[in-house]
Amino acid sequence: MPHTLTISQLTDKLAQGELTSREATQACLDRIAAVDGQLNAFLSHDPEDALAQADAADAARAAGEIKPLLGVPIAMKDVIAVNGHPLNCASKILGDFNSPYDATVTQKLCEAGAVIFGRVNMDEFAMGSSTENSAFGPSRNPWDTGRIPGGSSGGSAVAVVADECIASIGSDTGGSIRQPAALCGCVGLKPTYGRVSRYGLVAFASSLDQIGPLTKDVRDAAIMLGVIAGEDQRDSTNVPEPVPDYTAALTGDIKGLKIGLPKEYQVDGLDPEVKAATDAAVAELEKQGAEVKEISLPHTEYAIATYYIIATAAASANLARFEGVRYGARVDGASPEQMNRATRGAGFGEEVKRRIILGTYVLSSGYYDAYYLRAQKARTLIRQDFLNAFKEVDLIASPTTPTPAFKIGEKSGDPLQMYLSDIFTISCNLAGLCGISVPCGFSKEGLPLGLQLLGKPFGEPNLLRAAHAYEQATDWHTKRPQLA
Amino acid sequence: MREDLQHAVKLARIELTPEEEARLGSQLGDILKYIDKLNELDVKGVEPTAHAVPLTNVLREDQPGKSLSHEAAMRNAPQTANGLFIVPKIVE
Amino acid sequence: MEYEAVIGLETHVQLRTRTKMWCGCVNEYGAEANTNVCPVCLGLPGVLPVPNAEALRKTALTGMLLNCNVPSYAKWDRKNYFYPDNPKNYQLTQLDFPSTIEGFVEFEFGDGTERVRINRAHLEEDVGKSTHFADHSGVDFNRAGVPLLEIVTEPDLTGADMAYEYLNALKAILEYGGVSDCDMEKGQVRCDVNISVRPIGQTKLGEKIEIKNMNSFSGVRRAATYEIERQIGVLREGGTLIQETRRWDDAVGVTESMRTKEDAHDYRYFPDPDLMPHAPSEEWLAEIRASVMELPLARKQRLIADYHLPASDAEVFVGDAALGDYFEVAAKGAKNPKAVANWVMNNLQAKLTETGGSVADLNFEASAVGELVGLVEGGQISSKIAQDVFVEMFESGKSPTTIVEEKGLSQVSDSGELEAFCNEAIEANPGPAEDFRNGKEAALNFLKGQVMKASRGKANPQMVGELLKKILGS
Repeated sequence: MPHTLTISQLTDKLAQGELTSREATQACLDRIAAVDGQLNAFLSHDPEDALAQADAADAARAAGEIKPLLGVPIAMKDVIAVNGHPLNCASKILGDFNSPYDATVTQKLCEAGAVIFGRVNMDEFAMGSSTENSAFGPSRNPWDTGRIPGGSSGGSAVAVVADECIASIGSDTGGSIRQPAALCGCVGLKPTYGRVSRYGLVAFASSLDQIGPLTKDVRDAAIMLGVIAGEDQRDSTNVPEPVPDYTAALTGDIKGLKIGLPKEYQVDGLDPEVKAATDAAVAELEKQGAEVKEISLPHTEYAIATYYIIATAAASANLARFEGVRYGARVDGASPEQMNRATRGAGFGEEVKRRIILGTYVLSSGYYDAYYLRAQKARTLIRQDFLNAFKEVDLIASPTTPTPAFKIGEKSGDPLQMYLSDIFTISCNLAGLCGISVPCGFSKEGLPLGLQLLGKPFGEPNLLRAAHAYEQATDWHTKRPQLA
Repeated sequence: MREDLQHAVKLARIELTPEEEARLGSQLGDILKYIDKLNELDVKGVEPTAHAVPLTNVLREDQPGKSLSHEAAMRNAPQTANGLFIVPKIVE
Repeated sequence: MEYEAVIGLETHVQLRTRTKMWCGCVNEYGAEANTNVCPVCLGLPGVLPVPNAEALRKTALTGMLLNCNVPSYAKWDRKNYFYPDNPKNYQLTQLDFPSTIEGFVEFEFGDGTERVRINRAHLEEDVGKSTHFADHSGVDFNRAGVPLLEIVTEPDLTGADMAYEYLNALKAILEYGGVSDCDMEKGQVRCDVNISVRPIGQTKLGEKIEIKNMNSFSGVRRAATYEIERQIGVLREGGTLIQETRRWDDAVGVTESMRTKEDAHDYRYFPDPDLMPHAPSEEWLAEIRASVMELPLARKQRLIADYHLPASDAEVFVGDAALGDYFEVAAKGAKNPKAVANWVMNNLQAKLTETGGSVADLNFEASAVGELVGLVEGGQISSKIAQDVFVEMFESGKSPTTIVEEKGLSQVSDSGELEAFCNEAIEANPGPAEDFRNGKEAALNFLKGQVMKASRGKANPQMVGELLKKILGS
């Protein structure tokens, strides 16, 4: 069952010669054929191309090459460019767009020897928390296919948890890696803003977006981050910090690590089961020697409003390029303006339209100061809250989501309610922090729950150390759904 | 839909069906009401944050890099002729 | 009632860089359509801009040449508008923190010198180029992303001619600084004009009307002339003017309304999150400041004062900066700089035109031209011999003194030697000698020519004339 392996397990077996990359890749392809009909994690995949990459990896290994991901099948969120592959952002508007270039992350994964296969599902243009906003139908939670897998990187989480790939790449603008990881029961890491190049990641909100891995355990997240992090001359917002060996941080020793619990996170609507699981997880960390204390993040209640102004404003400009001139599915019109309007009216889904209009509105003449400028200032205050808190603690712990996965269709008529469920994940992006979600239990209905840890900028080593220590003491991450 | 939202729809160049316009109009009204929460906040003297990290002077040297082949540049275009991207006639 | 015009100009200038503003595509005019393009300048999904350091250097240099401040903080903003030639449908520009602010341009106008204040010169990106067909338009994105400097004046101009002279002065400065080639035909300079009129004596400005679509400086002058008259005409007839944008129709020679304030663009500017602010360091600025050169007007004034050149000569050297530089080296220490100027402007220019080269290609130093003029001025060689020496300099690169010595071209001023030449000439040509004695002055020139010929041009012509007169008159 090579598809069920973690990266470290698979690379061991590949190194020992017990398995080939072709076998592992074929196992993933077989698994997709068997289960993806009910999950809809993959928008497209090219078995021939995947196997050709696997064969090349096997040949490289035979020739003595050693690379961290040599021969490991990785699925890619449909928002990251891979040369010669489709790039749709789960939207109709891109038509049959085929990328003529590689994202930096794609290049780094290639250089590390990964088999990059498949385009996984997401909310259209990464806008959503359920993957229901995909133009190609929702992905389904492997634990209960009547429920959402979370989003926007829903396909990335489903593909990992359903063992359709060894690991996947997602993107996180307000929780889009951590939230589906929590709701599906895998590890999801959002690196510090500037840690991973955004070149080739189709932008939603440029000052919030970050690429990160979804994996079967914390060690895999550390391996993946080590591969994709680092300086890139093509991204001006990339921070030239050296990339440490993240796996070296996985010592299992968290004695003296200070963990903060924000008192403002005791919100209405926090599911008691979620709260109990998080409390138990924090107790486990305490048991291992971490010091736990209450902290305050006084501007928490303004985070969602701030986020939806800043993110939608950026999106309104970032998505202006999808208008039918140079690429994508055009709907004809008598003038460029009419063509643009018809193309965008037909090509964008409703959530995308909603956010573009909102973002356009908050920037429009007469409203900029009241909305956008004010939100930028609120962002300063929110960031300051965290920087103050991190003077006292090393990490902040909370639930990843206020509730377990909800039913498909349950919230789709009420976007505001959907937005409010991002309360625990959104501030991390506003403040430019790193964050991780690790499995921390199941609800009575058998749905996965996630523990979120947040770290200071470039504090990934401590973040991974704590997540790994917790994971070592529990077996939540090893549970797999029964799929017919 | 409110007039100021209609202005935004026009600027954003998105054609809406009447049903969409009604639905989005009411949803956006709710969202804007929620966002007004920010007005409670005292932001006097607070500097705005535009970037999550404080970097300056990120530049590249004036060295030519790789361009796309003409074929690769045009291959996703809905309509081309004479090596150009073709659009409905531009009339100012 | 008498009216006056108030004019401000917004001039867009393409910077001369090897590559575009945000990507490594080559910044060149005239390539096949859509061949100098990449994912970044085509605005493909997922791409990011990284600023060209040279464009920022040239912007700061322009600021210094325009007497502007270069603030310690500049940032980038997105200007949002849809247009088929605008790949991202937002243009990256500098809204409230531009790279340079508050300067001025001085130029000659009428009898004196005028000063127009510069509000700012900010950096942005050019868009693609559209071609129009019967039912469609086509877009070439080779130009998209070329660094573009927008230079905005204060409303200090008072007439169409003044606007025209300002533009010429600005162009000269930008060319001088190597900032831009300023080729209008290649679209490297484009200009919009803001015009209002008001009764003389009124301090409040009239309604500002923007004129677009001029393709030459003279077009700007004609459009401004037309528009000022039109606006005054409207007011004289009791009409009112409204703030609007008008298009110049060059063929017909009129402006037509494009849009009024009501349907003005709502550009929704906001800070670009993909680009980090630019905070010029003192070292960076000092390096650029060291490369600041003298401006054309200042140079002209200095050439006139230091070398006693007529204005027309000074203008030649300002118009061709390389030739001007050459002249200044050649004229160093010259007793008669005007003579050096003549050599450079006439003999040297002619020879360069003939060979198709430039002063940079010459295989002798500029000081050699000064030396050559010195030899003529000092009477060591005649101007005719100097021509031959000059040709030899071109061929061998040897110094004039060396050539004169090697070829024995030194002018003969020894009166004994010259007397022998003169006597020979008189003996050989008794007729003309007789003619001169009988009062035919022109005959002397013939005899002089014979002496020069016999001496192979080396005889000092002035002394020959005097000697001949002396011999024949005695």
